[in-house]
Amino acid sequence: MPSIAEALLGPIGRKTLSALRDIHDASKLINATFYWTFVSPFKGKPLRVRASVSEIVKTGYNSVPIVAVISLFVGIILALQSAYQLKRLGALIYVANLVGVSIIRELGPILTAIIVAGRSGSAFAAEIGSMKAAEEVDALISMGINPVRFLVVPKLIALMLMVPALTVIADAIGLFGGFLLSVTALEIHPYNYFQQTINALLVKDVFTGLVKAWAFGVVITIVGAYQGFKVEGGAEEVGLRTTASVVTSIFLVIVFDLFFTALFYYFT
Amino acid sequence: MDKAIDVKDLVTHYGEREILKKISFSIPRGKTTVILGGSGCGKSTLLKHLIGLLKPTRGNILINRKDIVSMNEDALNDIRKRMGILFQGAALLNSMTLMDNVALPLREHTELEDSTIQIMVRMKLDLVGLSGFEGFYPSQLSGGMKKRAGLARAMALDPEFLFFDEPSAGLDPVTAAGLDELILKLRNVFKMTIVVVTHELPSVFMIADYVIMLDLGEVIFSGTLDELRVSGNPRIKMFLDRRPEAETYSPEDYFRFIAGD
Ligand SMILES: Nc1ncnc2c1ncn2[C@@H]1O[C@H](COP(=O)(O)OP(=O)(O)OP(=O)(O)O)[C@@H](O)[C@H]1O
Ligand SMILES: [Mg+2]
Repeated sequence: MPSIAEALLGPIGRKTLSALRDIHDASKLINATFYWTFVSPFKGKPLRVRASVSEIVKTGYNSVPIVAVISLFVGIILALQSAYQLKRLGALIYVANLVGVSIIRELGPILTAIIVAGRSGSAFAAEIGSMKAAEEVDALISMGINPVRFLVVPKLIALMLMVPALTVIADAIGLFGGFLLSVTALEIHPYNYFQQTINALLVKDVFTGLVKAWAFGVVITIVGAYQGFKVEGGAEEVGLRTTASVVTSIFLVIVFDLFFTALFYYFT
Repeated sequence: MDKAIDVKDLVTHYGEREILKKISFSIPRGKTTVILGGSGCGKSTLLKHLIGLLKPTRGNILINRKDIVSMNEDALNDIRKRMGILFQGAALLNSMTLMDNVALPLREHTELEDSTIQIMVRMKLDLVGLSGFEGFYPSQLSGGMKKRAGLARAMALDPEFLFFDEPSAGLDPVTAAGLDELILKLRNVFKMTIVVVTHELPSVFMIADYVIMLDLGEVIFSGTLDELRVSGNPRIKMFLDRRPEAETYSPEDYFRFIAGD
């Protein structure tokens, strides 16, 4: 007969233990991924260029349309929402500042990261998970091929390049969306709007956005791969892990965003 | 006996459950050894230990007199290059054509020209009767074809050891017999050390030189095929005569068991 204390504390202890094990597994994966990406190429184990290119096409190039459409709409929405307030103050021209700063510093990177997490992070988890379920990962190991190097590294390279690249596209198109609405519906002079945007932005803003985007790319890859490698059973678990990868990576992207934003706020 | 693989006092657990209970046996070089045993007795688990996919709780596994349990990953990979494994479900990479699947170990572990690799792949696929299917994806193949393609991949580096996990499970008798013949040919022509996990009796009698029988995580027999036939062990006899397990429940117990309390 378990005591009341045991019944109360037992589940907490088990949860803690399993969380500790998760952290341990995740840190092993992070270690291995960084080793095979940044260290082993200098020890004569070349990166898989062809696979990386194919991941770049899948995760980057194929995401351009959706990133473009969403950031265009968000640019327009932002301009409308800020005009709603600024019009009452007679400061309509500051729409340019608001749109520029919020897109470049915040929305460009985070929207891109959320789209990539939904499209590519889930695909990573599903791909690696179904390979795990079908013993394909075991087959790789038994052929002397490291699965992290074979599967995860090309994905990491792709996202480290493509999330910043897509962010640049999202920034540009988002700004253009705000511009489009302002010069038509709000009747701001195009040149004034342009000048106002330029004045509002600093190179630092673009740069911090890209640093964030890079970090988001790393987070999404690691979470997708981690959830994939966690699969032990069959197809059902692949589905669960895929969903978990999207939820976890969006959550972690926002946590990292908070962290970086606070960091940049105090230290730049 | 020239021992290719020597297993000593192997103990393994999945979580708390003990799966292999201090087993010891050896596998002779250049012969076909069959590991027999009922479903769930730990055959696949044992095989995964032999190829270094799982680490045992205790015990040693010597391959060519070197202990793979205490080996680091690099040394283990050197040994793995000399092993070919056919998994229970073939485990071909679904995102690649047969050509790329079979070429994968060659591309990863050799510096050969791609044209040479392609010729070697064609030869391997021809050996398993799959010439002309180079451009097919695994999803476009039948179960038996996948197994044969998996065998072609296992043989890509001309290994010293070949491991098969249930090669004929899920195949029709004719295809299964074809696979058995291929295994015989590999031993006779290439002098490979072959380890086959199975519970298909007909194929045991066709391919085995040496038999190891597992039951409930213990080795209950190891010896030649003739020794197996004359063995007096009741568990072995039951397996060979395909008799069902003796009833262990009384009717009342059975009722309680299915009623769930
Ligand atoms: N990943 C795992 N986690 C926990 N238990 C496992 C795992 N894999 C196998 N087992 C357990 O270990 C035991 C042996 O499994 P194993 O797959 O080795 O059996 P087997 O002899 O190959 O059976 P079969 O002939 O049906 O393939 C089984 O009772 C199974 O429940
Ligand atoms: Mg099995």
